[in-house]
Amino acid sequence: MGLLTNLKDSVSRVTDRLFASEDPKRIGIYGPPNAGKTTLANRIARDWTGDAIGPESHVPHETRRARRKEGVDIERNGQSVTIDIVDTPGVATKVDYKEFLDHDIEKDDAIRRSREATEGVAEAMHWLREDVDGVIYVLDSTTDPFTQVNTMLIGIIESRDLPVLIFANKIDLDQADIDRVADAFPEHETVPLSALEGDNMDEVYDKIAEYFA
Amino acid sequence: MEGLRSMEKIRMILDGVRDGNIVILEEGLSPDEESKLIEVTMTEISPDDFTGIEIETYPREEASDQSLLDRLMGRESTETLTVIGPANQIETLHKDDQLISALVSRK
Repeated sequence: MGLLTNLKDSVSRVTDRLFASEDPKRIGIYGPPNAGKTTLANRIARDWTGDAIGPESHVPHETRRARRKEGVDIERNGQSVTIDIVDTPGVATKVDYKEFLDHDIEKDDAIRRSREATEGVAEAMHWLREDVDGVIYVLDSTTDPFTQVNTMLIGIIESRDLPVLIFANKIDLDQADIDRVADAFPEHETVPLSALEGDNMDEVYDKIAEYFA
Repeated sequence: MEGLRSMEKIRMILDGVRDGNIVILEEGLSPDEESKLIEVTMTEISPDDFTGIEIETYPREEASDQSLLDRLMGRESTETLTVIGPANQIETLHKDDQLISALVSRK
């Protein structure tokens, strides 16, 4: 009987593997520095797994390594979508350690941070070219979205035929201008939210399930 | 730049920028080349030496640049002008409908 049970278990494991759903999609959270990417990643991870991904800060380039949270199950309308969230460092074309000095950081630490930040941006670009299946592009809706970095990154994402959602973050602030973000990238869907306050997260999860399922 | 491989273009751009020049590309870069330009730029940044690049792209999509057939078919010209300079020397790089302007300091 033991042999028969083992054989049955083996067959069951093989069929489970054969008919299992696809691997979770890796969704990269991209955007310029200080757009609220890690705040959003933490919000999603806390809502669905109970854990955070990384520290949040108002200091630019706080996230200097891509961080991944695997197997985040998001349930919408009776269905479940499983994604791996990749929180990436803010993308820039320049990093000057002197900018960190304005945040009461000592010179040696500022130089170390800037070096790590440059490595992080390079890593983020590599992830975008090789290792993500979809992109959440986060913008601070209180700032001008018509920047060269945003235009370049959206162009890179489009050239790779990756599904992309634009998230207009920080709508809890008075200066937020959602229409300006939507006008900047009219060919993509823009979802307003405040990752910090948790505003409009129902629509955020609806769209994630719709785009990345 | 025609005939150069992607990394050769990027090397030529960054060598020019690191020498303190503003590089103007008449045909722009592909998205993949832009991605690699950012990545290579990041690897070359060093304190008190090179802080990165400023880049601005100017789309040339005026109707006068297009053939009648293109206009009838609704095809837009994809030619672009791209201006790239050293971040620590360019005070502002501004683009409007007709003009890219750069304010450069000779540090």
